[in-house]
Amino acid sequence: MIRLLALRELRSLFAMSSTWFILAVLQFIFAWFFLARLEAFLEVQPQLAQLANPPGVTITVAAPMFNTIALLLMMLVPMFTMRLIAEERRNQTFALLLSAPLSGSHLVLGKFFGLLIFLAVLITGVPLMLYTLALGTAIDHGLLLSNMLGLLLLTASYAAVGLYISALTTQPVIAAIGALAVLVGLWLADIGAAAENSPWHFVSPLYHFQNFNAGLLDSGDAAFFVLFSAVFLLLAIRRIHNNRIYG
Amino acid sequence: MSNAAPETTLCARHLTRRFGNRQVIHDLSLELKRGEVLGLLGHNGAGKSTTLQMLTGCLLPNGVERSGCSIEICGIDLLRQPVLAKAHIGYLPETPPLYRELSVNDYLTFAARLRGMQPGAASAALVQTRQRCGLEAVGKEIIGTLSKGYQQRVGIAQAIIHSPDVIVLDEPTVGLDPSQIRDIRNLIRELGDRSSVILSTHLLGEVESVCDCVQIMQEGKLIYGGTTAALASYGGEPGHLEENFIRLTGTQQ
Repeated sequence: MIRLLALRELRSLFAMSSTWFILAVLQFIFAWFFLARLEAFLEVQPQLAQLANPPGVTITVAAPMFNTIALLLMMLVPMFTMRLIAEERRNQTFALLLSAPLSGSHLVLGKFFGLLIFLAVLITGVPLMLYTLALGTAIDHGLLLSNMLGLLLLTASYAAVGLYISALTTQPVIAAIGALAVLVGLWLADIGAAAENSPWHFVSPLYHFQNFNAGLLDSGDAAFFVLFSAVFLLLAIRRIHNNRIYG
Repeated sequence: MSNAAPETTLCARHLTRRFGNRQVIHDLSLELKRGEVLGLLGHNGAGKSTTLQMLTGCLLPNGVERSGCSIEICGIDLLRQPVLAKAHIGYLPETPPLYRELSVNDYLTFAARLRGMQPGAASAALVQTRQRCGLEAVGKEIIGTLSKGYQQRVGIAQAIIHSPDVIVLDEPTVGLDPSQIRDIRNLIRELGDRSSVILSTHLLGEVESVCDCVQIMQEGKLIYGGTTAALASYGGEPGHLEENFIRLTGTQQ
């Protein structure tokens, strides 16, 4: 059932021409970032080469690129999650799912994984571009891998927040603005908190991405992402159940 | 199949429903046997759609614990085992629940699989259902590009594709032209042979031509229940369905 719902979500996404357009534009933007970082690296490379232990191409090109994309996704994911449930309500298609023999958790997980697969496709362009560097130089596979894993977990946590906000409303636009407000709010609280041990750092997904970004696989950070996503998915399941109670 | 299945396909008892402080449904009980077509009549806002939403599990009744309220679909409790019970329901809401960006075939296959059909059975059901609902020619079309009448038929098709025991249709013939209405009425009659059908409508002619029994709702209560023939001759005036309906709903106010 989860797979069926996820496939339906993907099919609907790819049936819309706007999805293809957004995919193309985003690949263009990603490529632009990549080439800009690469150019900057090539300019400073002669000076770097004089250092005793010069930073490689992966840490100077890939890591900042992943960091930028993590920020970009914060703005982008709400645009995709807004449709998930709010639009079903607005188009009155939600009755089909509510009257079908499936539980609320199947419904939420199906939608979550459907969108996550799409977002994973959206960001696969990034490692592909970075791997073209392997044609000319040696790259740090470990650092790339930890960044990719971190980015995927980060995307999942964004998608879970967006899905929950989408379950709260009938208007996709409100869902997008709401999810954006939550994600940007968490980020601003994180960068605004001066104290090293401020609780705001702990609840911000982007803060937990920093270790992955530096190539450090911390199980604590991974656990945070899993918990963060699970909490919002559970809230969404609760909301779907309440939908039946309050109408 | 019909021998093994229980005779009563739908049994709802003591349903009540409030929205805020407004009581929309008052202690409503319904029973439906296999092979029956039940027409739910009533003015606008009488609570027909709310009742159908509760019968299909889209909306929970109030006071499930206290008032002895229950909904059973083929003997399975809809409120306690919703996933099992809903496999026996086909539901067409007031607005057909269509994913406008999908093609008719994709959408109907999704609807069949969603109700737990295996892929092979779903594709066989797709061919049969498209033929029954007159959708052979538009299988590959995108639903959003179809006319309202075709969309309504796709809506009916998704409700019957998995051969459910209980078919719930909320105003199935809205927006159709007269010949389509006749086709759909024939289809409903045909469905009524093997399953139970509940349909809500404003059209008395529809009730007369397809329904075995009628329930009339007013302000959330059932005020009349009986066979269509009995309503037509209610109060000693045989053949005056319309007058009887207006008299019934008028005297209660």
